[in-house]
Amino acid sequence: MSLIHQVKSLIAKELILEWRSRYALNGIVLYVVSTIFVCYLSFKGGIQGPTWNVLFWIILLFASINALVKSFVQEPAGRHLYLYTLASPQAIILSKIIYNCLLMLLLSTIALFFYQVVFSNQVQDLLFYFLAVLLGSISFASVFTMISGIAAKANNPGSLMAVLSFPVIIPLLILLIKFSKNAMDGLDRSVSYDEIVILLSLNVLVIASSLVLFPYLWRD
Amino acid sequence: MTKNWWKILAAVLLIYSFIAGLLVAVPRLPILHETIRNLYFHVPMWFTMIFLYLLSVINSIKYLSSADEKHDFMAVETVNTGIVFGFLGLGTGMIWANFTWGAPWPNDPKLNGSAISTLMYLAYIVLRSSIDESQKRAKISAIYNIFAFPIMVVLLFILPRMTDSLHPGNGGNPGFNSYDLDSNMRLVFYPAVIGWILLGVWISNIRYRIRLLQHKF
Repeated sequence: MSLIHQVKSLIAKELILEWRSRYALNGIVLYVVSTIFVCYLSFKGGIQGPTWNVLFWIILLFASINALVKSFVQEPAGRHLYLYTLASPQAIILSKIIYNCLLMLLLSTIALFFYQVVFSNQVQDLLFYFLAVLLGSISFASVFTMISGIAAKANNPGSLMAVLSFPVIIPLLILLIKFSKNAMDGLDRSVSYDEIVILLSLNVLVIASSLVLFPYLWRD
Repeated sequence: MTKNWWKILAAVLLIYSFIAGLLVAVPRLPILHETIRNLYFHVPMWFTMIFLYLLSVINSIKYLSSADEKHDFMAVETVNTGIVFGFLGLGTGMIWANFTWGAPWPNDPKLNGSAISTLMYLAYIVLRSSIDESQKRAKISAIYNIFAFPIMVVLLFILPRMTDSLHPGNGGNPGFNSYDLDSNMRLVFYPAVIGWILLGVWISNIRYRIRLLQHKF
């Protein structure tokens, strides 16, 4: 089987598995919605400017860690062994990253929609803000998939996941917050080109190093 | 003796940089005044830290390709030493910032970046301690080390240049070359950098040999 074919069937497998046991998806959507609602009740709705933007990203950060920790950690070990006999390691990590991108995209769109309903909409350039969210989803997915694979091999993966991923995700998060703040204030779009280019190249870097390193990771 | 010439060189260079760094005349610049002497101590700490982390990544790559435990020992000991130099860099920087910028922790991207990269390597240590089996520990931590290093480079060298920073060479501020490093200061600064890097390699080399002996017996 060629790599593309393997990736396709692995993504299809992930989607089917997710659809059959919808508790994971429903659980994480409920997690985001209730976190936003807790923030709304705590702030009593009155947040402005930078806080509005930063709060959204913090909520999304924690939600995505919780959503993506399962990509390796919560899978039974036997299934891994079975998959590894069938597909190449590159196909496995690539399919996980793509699947997690889709998951994060769904999650962050729901989060953004609900966030704007509850806290009134303060974004002026909605299209570019959505582009920031899109890039953010891809960044979170690509970083957390590999970190989840690393954390899954250690004892106590749940808490290790957060410890390992925070320092790695912070540079991306800083860029994302800056980019989305520009979009929120409705600045000229050319202001954010630097951030977009660096974010994209960082993502390419992270995905490339995942592809190189994952073959060493799964071989136990 | 022929093997140890660089250790003697390290000691000589450091003694020279301490004496010359504290005694030789320095240009009197506004705000900086005598604190400019901290350049000889603060900046070499970062150079040494980056150099040790680079050594550690190289050793991690070697470990993955050879599965030889020696490379893993070298990787972890260079990180341990690098973290010490990182804390020393933060400490000397905070003292300097307190006198020149008015606060020990101004909200500066380079400061935050170095704090985060220190967190990254502390996470590496935590990851190591959470895996019991030694070969698995070596492999997994090598993977994290290689994965995190390029991000750290971006954090320390690219992001600060995009925003305003109080450090020279960032956010439109001129680098060292252009204003505050006259030729006299270079004569002390470069030997100090080489001396501290050699000292860092020396310390990690001793710790590596201790670990090797502990492993054997």
